[in-house]
Amino acid sequence: MKASAFAYARATSIGNALELLAAHGDKAKVLSGGQSLMPAMNLRLISPELIVDIGEIGELRGIALKGGVLSIGALTRHADLLKSPEIAAHSPLLTTAVAHVAHPAIRNRGTIGGSLAHADPASELPACMLALGAIIIARGQAGERRIPAKDFFRGIYETALSADELLVAVELPVTRKNASHFFDEFARRQGDYAVAGLAADAVVKDGAFTDLHLAFFAVGDRPVLSNAACRLINVVITPALMADVSAALDEELNPHDDQQATASMRRHLAKVLLVRCVSTLLGRTDLDARAA
Amino acid sequence: MTAPMPISLQVNGERVDTHVLPRLNLADFLREHLHLTGTHVGCEHGVCGACTVRVNNEIVRACLMLAVQTHGASVQTIEGLSDSGEVADLQAAFRDRNALQCGYCTPGMLMAAQDLLRQQAEPDREQIREHLSGNYCRCTGYQAIVDAVETTARSRREHK
Repeated sequence: MKASAFAYARATSIGNALELLAAHGDKAKVLSGGQSLMPAMNLRLISPELIVDIGEIGELRGIALKGGVLSIGALTRHADLLKSPEIAAHSPLLTTAVAHVAHPAIRNRGTIGGSLAHADPASELPACMLALGAIIIARGQAGERRIPAKDFFRGIYETALSADELLVAVELPVTRKNASHFFDEFARRQGDYAVAGLAADAVVKDGAFTDLHLAFFAVGDRPVLSNAACRLINVVITPALMADVSAALDEELNPHDDQQATASMRRHLAKVLLVRCVSTLLGRTDLDARAA
Repeated sequence: MTAPMPISLQVNGERVDTHVLPRLNLADFLREHLHLTGTHVGCEHGVCGACTVRVNNEIVRACLMLAVQTHGASVQTIEGLSDSGEVADLQAAFRDRNALQCGYCTPGMLMAAQDLLRQQAEPDREQIREHLSGNYCRCTGYQAIVDAVETTARSRREHK
């Protein structure tokens, strides 16, 4: 289908975009890369009265490294993340994850800010933000808010952003020494939305985790940072402990049925990802039934 | 503001100055305003890849971009790549390998395949599959398409 009629404004600056959003409230929608917004409009799932195109605002673009923090502008495209040597060196989980985001033609337009503000529970980047402890920076006419990723995602397509705020950047701590990461997802086709996925950031020392953040996605109405995973830190991991943590993880998930997968299949796949992640990061093939 | 807006852009090297409604997407602009019907419209929500075109030298989904967003941009369609001969060998390989039947996906496939070949001289079959993963073909089963892209990559290396 085609999008219904709307008015269009090309914002000339962040200030100009905020004025338009303040004037039009939730009747307006911000257009960044458009790779989620345009499908939703073409399918007539949403029909905004005004599109505020922020695509020409240069100051929202780019990656900067300052004092142990990577700052990524909202308009930085998936293709830019994938090619960035700074991201590869200082946030390798993100480089790995972005290769799973859609397809080349979509990665050439889609942006990190757009993906996070859209908050599809099956998308990769929100989960990465949770695993990495990102801060999401929102600007409104009253000033700037720094929102921890764990407080940002509120439900399907719901975030802590208000209608008159613009997501301007995200900040990520640079990866620690000895840190490792894991990313995997199940999808019907390479690049499609995940049926279940996992983004993990870990520190391994002497065969045990000294730190571990597991963010599951597509298994609830928002990405889930697992509390159960904390039980895998500073212990010798046995198959019995894995079984306990798997059961506890199950309690934390709230997946739904759709045409891609049933809720029980998503629960099963999340546990498969948990086992693969732990056995891969620790080099413990004995924990993975596939290797037994 | 729902009224037509002025845009100026390059399409296949020619300057276009016109007015478009904000709701008009790039695929429909190319097909219905410029009569460049090589860009196909399949799903209209970014899944099938039939509308793949180049904007500022990078492939994009023409159904997921508004015509007004191409103001100041350079757009290349399959007509441009075909007329210039840029993809002549790739087109011949598609014919030779039976990499098309109905042809609906073919313009998008050629755009995506040429995008890969410009970036990578020696892609393996897995990389070809990955780069074309956003383009649906409902006829061929993909093997012949991957064959054609692989053959073209090889012959371009040999004729360098």
